Amino acid sequence: MLKLPIYLDNNSTTPLDPRVLEAMMPYLTDVFGNAASRNHPFGWAAEEGVDYAREQIGKLINCDAKEIIFTSGATESDNLGIKGVFEMYSQKGNHVITATTEHKAILDTCKHLEKQGGRVTYLPVDEKGLISLEELEAAMTPETILVSIMYGNNETGTINNIREIARIAHSHGALFMTDGTQAVGKIPVDVIADGIDIMAFTAHKMYGPKGVGALYVRRKNPRVKVTSQMDGGGHERGMRSGTLNVPGIVGLGKACELARLEMAADTARLSVMRDRLEKELMTMEETYVNGSIEHRLPHVTNISFKYVEGEGLMMGVKDLAVSSGSACTSASLEPSYVLKALGLSDDLAHSSLRFGLSRFTTDEQIDYAIGHVKEAVTKLREMSPLWEMFQEGIDLSKIEWAEH
Amino acid sequence: MAYSDKVIDHYSNPRNVGTLDKSKKNVGTGLVGAPECGDVMRLQIEVDEATNTIIDAKFKTFGCGSAIASSSLATEWLKGKSIDEALAIDNMEIVEELALPPVKIHCSVLAEDAIKSAISDYRVKNGLPALELAHH
Repeated sequence: MLKLPIYLDNNSTTPLDPRVLEAMMPYLTDVFGNAASRNHPFGWAAEEGVDYAREQIGKLINCDAKEIIFTSGATESDNLGIKGVFEMYSQKGNHVITATTEHKAILDTCKHLEKQGGRVTYLPVDEKGLISLEELEAAMTPETILVSIMYGNNETGTINNIREIARIAHSHGALFMTDGTQAVGKIPVDVIADGIDIMAFTAHKMYGPKGVGALYVRRKNPRVKVTSQMDGGGHERGMRSGTLNVPGIVGLGKACELARLEMAADTARLSVMRDRLEKELMTMEETYVNGSIEHRLPHVTNISFKYVEGEGLMMGVKDLAVSSGSACTSASLEPSYVLKALGLSDDLAHSSLRFGLSRFTTDEQIDYAIGHVKEAVTKLREMSPLWEMFQEGIDLSKIEWAEH
Repeated sequence: MAYSDKVIDHYSNPRNVGTLDKSKKNVGTGLVGAPECGDVMRLQIEVDEATNTIIDAKFKTFGCGSAIASSSLATEWLKGKSIDEALAIDNMEIVEELALPPVKIHCSVLAEDAIKSAISDYRVKNGLPALELAHH
C-alpha cells in the first residue's frame, strides 16, 4: 500500500539510513566519552570512532583523514571556509569570486565580507545555470584570494565545471573552494583530481543525521589554513573549537562509506526514475525543465508549469512533499533567486516544482507522482484565465496588467 | 501554511469556474491582478437588465488557494444580488468567511476589485460612466 504523502524533497534533507543509525547507536549510549579526553578509555573509544569516520570520509572524497574539520553542518562549513580564508590571507588580498546562484550560506557570508572591507564579485550564470569561464578569467585580479563555486546546485541540480574553475583559480594564485553539499555522496567527488582546496558538505543530505558536517581543508600542495571562527579549546587542529559531536560524526562517516559503496547503483536507478518522471511531465504543453539537462545531479529535476501559480500548485500536489520556486510568505511573492538568475520570468519561476529523489524512492511512488502532478496542473489550467488566453492566442505580454 | 477548511473546500470544489460570452451587452468582465504578482482573477457577471439583478457569475483565477477560494466565494455571493448589493460586498466579509490569515488579505482585496471591475465594465457597456476603482 502506497503511503502518502510521498517525500520527494531530498535536496532539503534525506531520511536517515537505518544502517547509519545502527552505527551511531553505541555512541549515543555506552560510548559517551569526550573524544578530547586523552587520559581514560572513555575518551579513547570516542576518539577511535571519530578517527574511523575521518577515514571513511577520506575514502569517499579522496583526501587524508587529517584534512577533515568537523562542524555543525554545511552552513557552518561555508562560513568557516570563506571567513577563515578571508582572515587568514588578508595580507595577500581581499577579493573573493562567487556566483549569483550559490546557496545563501555562501552569498550572505560574502555580504558579510563586504562589510568587513572585502570585495566580492558575483558572477552571473547562463540559462543552464553555468558560469562563463571567460568571465571568471576576466574577474581574476592579483588581490583575488578565493574562488568559491558550488559543485551541484540545490534548486536545479546543475553541476559546475569544477575542474576548469579550479584550474583558473590556481593559475592566478587563488584558492578554490566548493560548496559540495548536494554533490558529495551523490556523484564522484575527488578533491585531488578536481583541484579542490576547501570543500563544505553535510551528513543530512546523504542519509546521515542532521547537525553534523565537515570542511575539507587541503594540507599539502598547497597547505591551506583557515582562521577559526569559534574560540575555545582548540579542537580540530585549532580551526574549530567545540566538543566533537561523536555520534553525529560516526553517522557522517557511515553515510560516506555507504555512499561510496552504493553510489554507482543508486545513480543508475535514480537517473532512470528521474528521467521517467521528467519525460512524463514534459508531455504536457508549456512545461519546461530548468537548469542544465546535460550537467546535472542524477536525482534532481526542476520543472516549470506555465500558466499555473506555484502556491496553488503546491496545494494541488498535497500528496507530494516537494519544493516550489516560489516563497509566498507575504503579499508580494518572492520567486526563487536561483531561477531568476537563469533568466526565468517571475511567472515561470513561481510555477516551478523541484523534485529530489532518494535511495528510498520507489517506482510506485514515481508513478503516483506523475499522475498526481498531471492532474493538478490540468485542473489549475482549466481554472486559469491565463491558460485560456494562451489557448486563444492572446499575447499576455501585450496586456496592461493592473499591478496591485 | 495551514488553510482553513473553507479555503480547501473552495479550492477542491471551486464553484462557477468558467467563461461567459463577453460580447453580450449584459455581461460585465473584470480582469484584475498581474501574472508577475502571482494573482490574476477574471470575474464575469450576467445581469438581467429588467430587474438589475445578477443572474449568473463565473470566474477563472491564476493564483494561490486563497485567491481561488476568494473568487469562487465571490461568484457564489453575486448570484441573485442586485448591482447595488454587489457593490456593497466588502473584502473583509470574504476574509471572515474564509478565515484568511493576514498575509492572504490581498486575495480578498483582489476579489472585491474584480467584482467592482466587472460591474464597471457592465455599466460602460450600457452607456453609464465607469466606476472610480480604488487602486490597491
